[in-house]
Amino acid sequence: MSLLNYTLRIGDSSLILAQRLAEWCTNGPTLEEDIALTNISLDLFGQANGFLEYAATLDGVKTADDFAFKRNENQYYNFLITEIENGHFGDTIIRQFLFSAYLYLFFQKLATSKDEVLSALAAKSLKEIKYHLKHCSSWVIRLGDGTNESNEKIQSSINKIWEYTGELFELDQIEKDLVKKEIAVNREALKFEWDQIINTTLNQAKLMRPKDQVMKTGGSKGIHTKHLELLLKEMQFIPRKYPDAKW
Amino acid sequence: MKETTNVWEVFIQSKNGLAHKHAGNVHADDKEMALQNARDLYTRRNEGSCIWVVKSTDIVSSESEDSESFFDPANDKLYRHPTFYNLPEGAKHI
Repeated sequence: MSLLNYTLRIGDSSLILAQRLAEWCTNGPTLEEDIALTNISLDLFGQANGFLEYAATLDGVKTADDFAFKRNENQYYNFLITEIENGHFGDTIIRQFLFSAYLYLFFQKLATSKDEVLSALAAKSLKEIKYHLKHCSSWVIRLGDGTNESNEKIQSSINKIWEYTGELFELDQIEKDLVKKEIAVNREALKFEWDQIINTTLNQAKLMRPKDQVMKTGGSKGIHTKHLELLLKEMQFIPRKYPDAKW
Repeated sequence: MKETTNVWEVFIQSKNGLAHKHAGNVHADDKEMALQNARDLYTRRNEGSCIWVVKSTDIVSSESEDSESFFDPANDKLYRHPTFYNLPEGAKHI
C-alpha cells in the first residue's frame, strides 16, 4: 500500500503541473514560448501517465484514468507548488525553475531505486527534465538580468513562490520506511544540491534568494490550497460528465 | 514581441553526416533563446540531431534581378554533371 501511495505522490505532481502548464496553450507570451511551455506540459503528462499506470498495476482494480480523473481533491498527493495558479509568465517560469531543479535531482536518485519500474520511469524522465531546467534557467537569467522592471517582477515571483519549496524536502513516515528499503529517495538529502543549483542561477540572474520562512505543506497528506479544487473541476469535467466515454 | 526581437533562420540536421536543411524561422532575443525555440518548434517529431540558427539579417541572398546572369549560363553546360563517371560501390550521399 505504501508503494502505491508513493507512486501516486510522484505521478500526481507531474499530472497537476502538466495541467497547469496546459493553461498556457494559446496564451503564451510569444508563439515560440507557447509551444515551449506546452511541450513541457506534454512531457509531464507523459511522466504522470507512466507513474499512474504503475499505480494501477499495484492497485489491481483501478486504472490510470481512474487515478487521474476520479479522485477527490483530498486524494491527490501532489506538492502544493505544482497546483498554484500560473500568475504571469515570470511566476510560471520561477515555479517551473524551482520545481524542475528539484525533479532533476529527485529523478537522478530515483533512477537508482531498488524498485525496477520506478527506476526505469525516473531514468526516462530525466532527459526531459534536464531540458526543462535548462530552458527555465535561461529565462530566469534573462528576466532577472534584463530590465529593472523584469528584475523587480521576477524577484517578486520568487519571493511569493518560495514558501512552497520547503515541502519538497520533507519526509513523512511512509517515505522514511521506503527510504530504508532503498525504494524511495531521501529527499531531505537533495536540499544541499538543490540550494547550489538555485543559488548559482539566482546569482547569475542578479536575484536575491528569499529568506526561509514558514513553509506551506500538506500535499502528501491530501491537504491542498484552494487552487487545486478549480483545477480539478476543469480537468475532470469531461470524465465526470460522460463517464467512461471513449475517444 | 518587441520590435527589436530578431528573426533567426533554423537549419536542422536530421542525421549525423547529412547536410543541415533549412526548416523555417523563429523569433528570439538572444542566441540561446533562438536555439531553444528552434528545438521546441522544429524537432518535436524526432526530426533532428543538430540545429543551427543564424540571424536572418546575417544571411546574404542573391537578388532576383541577378538571376539571369547568375543561373542561366549553367543551362547548356551538360558536361558539368558527373553523369559520365561510374560511382564506386558503397559511396553514399552523392
